[in-house]
Amino acid sequence: MKKTYKIEVDCANCADKMECAAAKVAGVEEVTVNFMAQKMIVTFHEDTDPAAVMKDVVKACKKVEDDCEIYL
Amino acid sequence: MTKKQRKMLIRILAAAVLLGGLLLVPEGTLDRIPLFLLYLIPYGIIGYDILKKAFKGILNRQVFDENFLMAVATVGALAIGLLKTGDFVEAVAVMLFYQIGEWFQSYAVGKSRKSISALMDIRPDFARLETENGQEEKDPDEVPAGSLIIVRPGEKVPIDGIVEEGESSLNTVALTGESVPRDVKAGDEVFSGCINMNGLLRIRTTKEFGESTVSKILELVENASSLKSRSENFISRFARVYTPAVVLSALALAVLPPLVRTLFLGLVPEWGDWIYRALTFLVISCPCALVISIPLTFFAGIGGAGKAGILVKGSVWLEELARTSTVVFDKTGTLTQGTFEVTAVHHSKLAREELLEYAALAESSSSHPIAVSIRKACSKALDLNRVTRVEEISGNGVLVQIDGKEVAAGNTRLMERIGVSCMECHETGTIVHMAIDGSYAGHIVISDREKPEAREAVAALKAAGIRQTIMLTGDRDAVAQQVAEHLELDQVYSDLLPEDKVSLLEELLKSKHPNEVLAFAGDGINDAPVLTRADLGIAMGAMGSDAAIEAADIVLMDDNPLKIAKAIRISRRCMRIVRQNIVFALAVKAVCLVLGALGIANMWLAVFADVGVMILAVLNAIRALFVSRV
Repeated sequence: MKKTYKIEVDCANCADKMECAAAKVAGVEEVTVNFMAQKMIVTFHEDTDPAAVMKDVVKACKKVEDDCEIYL
Repeated sequence: MTKKQRKMLIRILAAAVLLGGLLLVPEGTLDRIPLFLLYLIPYGIIGYDILKKAFKGILNRQVFDENFLMAVATVGALAIGLLKTGDFVEAVAVMLFYQIGEWFQSYAVGKSRKSISALMDIRPDFARLETENGQEEKDPDEVPAGSLIIVRPGEKVPIDGIVEEGESSLNTVALTGESVPRDVKAGDEVFSGCINMNGLLRIRTTKEFGESTVSKILELVENASSLKSRSENFISRFARVYTPAVVLSALALAVLPPLVRTLFLGLVPEWGDWIYRALTFLVISCPCALVISIPLTFFAGIGGAGKAGILVKGSVWLEELARTSTVVFDKTGTLTQGTFEVTAVHHSKLAREELLEYAALAESSSSHPIAVSIRKACSKALDLNRVTRVEEISGNGVLVQIDGKEVAAGNTRLMERIGVSCMECHETGTIVHMAIDGSYAGHIVISDREKPEAREAVAALKAAGIRQTIMLTGDRDAVAQQVAEHLELDQVYSDLLPEDKVSLLEELLKSKHPNEVLAFAGDGINDAPVLTRADLGIAMGAMGSDAAIEAADIVLMDDNPLKIAKAIRISRRCMRIVRQNIVFALAVKAVCLVLGALGIANMWLAVFADVGVMILAVLNAIRALFVSRV
């Protein structure tokens, strides 16, 4: 399943950092952070609960970039 | 300005005013401790979040980032001030300038991002569905294919479909970058994402929203840049090694010289002096300019290309595009229009129109593309009752009786068969000879027209430094040679079946230098395998062709081949900016680092080396966004 989330992040580098961090979260198959569009597109593994996975994604992103926001 | 930016601006102003006020306090009026506490106020206002982030970074084991560098440098400077010099201005100023730089960067980037996202804002908000009880505004997602929707002037076409009623001009700028509006009338296909400019349109949808052009494009645009370019990977690898290395060097600079001085040279250690130099060193070395500006350049380059109707699927493709040395074209649909047209009528004894009418009547029962194009060229309405007998001779043509006259339409073999000598044609294309009542009546030339921009497009590629232009086609050699000659292409391969194209491309890939990139441009119709196989696949005229969007790395929204050269120029400029930023930032830093280690540079210079370089690099990066004159 593929979902798009609105995000808020200030710098292109931070967006890359978020992408790397989110990609490592279990249950995430593929993730793209588009800095220009301020969007995060996450493809989830089958039979995972997106809401639960996104919680971990937010946590992982906050870890690498304290200033970021992901609107679930 | 966002809320965050406004808050930051207030903090910057408050800290600047307080710092200015403290600078007015005459020296000697206050002791060191109260002065320190006073300076802590602006320092805290401007720097608390940096300290917090640095601390969190340590907790999260993300130690070596710019927050850490800034925190260590300013806290160190405050400590030196407290213990030795009594000067606290530098620490506060460094933090202040750093934050000004960050704020400026965020503001400039936000501004330019808005200009892009406004252009890319093609998502329709609603579809006006026509139902039994009037019109109803619905989420485009909920409209099934085959529904009837109304699009008023000023609204976006929400879903692909066919016009049932109404006439209007459509603004397709967001889709194609083409500013000339497209006129549509009943029976025409319309693509979602266009803006209806003047007339009311009633449209029968042919797809669901998720399958519509606008959804496909949005997906493409938003998913862009998932593949990182080598430059970006280089920078992030570089930063991973560079920052710890700098911190260690700074530590060595702070500890080793004083130790050497006391232990071996018997001099005063001068700890404060060397620690100050080490801190200066830290501030200078902050890699922000690089880590921020390089990804930004690619984002801006992709964004700018998007504005011009060129969708790039990732920064790596922008980089590959810049290195392209060979462009391989598919002929039909890429360099030519892909539709057959009557281009000439020769040696006709009758009026052109009359001959075409006879031909159209003769071919009236056939659905062959040649027959279709002849019927299209004939402007008169056809009265099929005039045709009294039709005899089709497979592979040769037709013998018919029209108004009692024996009419033959077909190739030279047909003419030989009925014993009519025919004129050879010097033009290439498909020739339909006509004979009426046993005497030669002339011939009709049908060919695929070159796109008007094709010649210019090839010349523009040459001018952009492309060394080889090659055309592949399934068409006959004579036709291919003529097109290639007119367009001044370097090589041409003709009579190819779709699978031949793939194997030929494999050979071309093998014969080129491994550092060069071979790009293939096609319209996506039966050349998707070739698009995938090439180093770089460029799909033309993506509107409506899903296979092409899937297979290609770069998608041109309209089918204008001139855009290929434009895309290459955009990518080259983007790469030039990347190189400029890398060289400029590293050079300034290297010079300042040496000066800092020697003790010539103070923290003020250090702040310039960091913040100044970053601002310049960011401004330079944003240039990649403006592509209209590239």
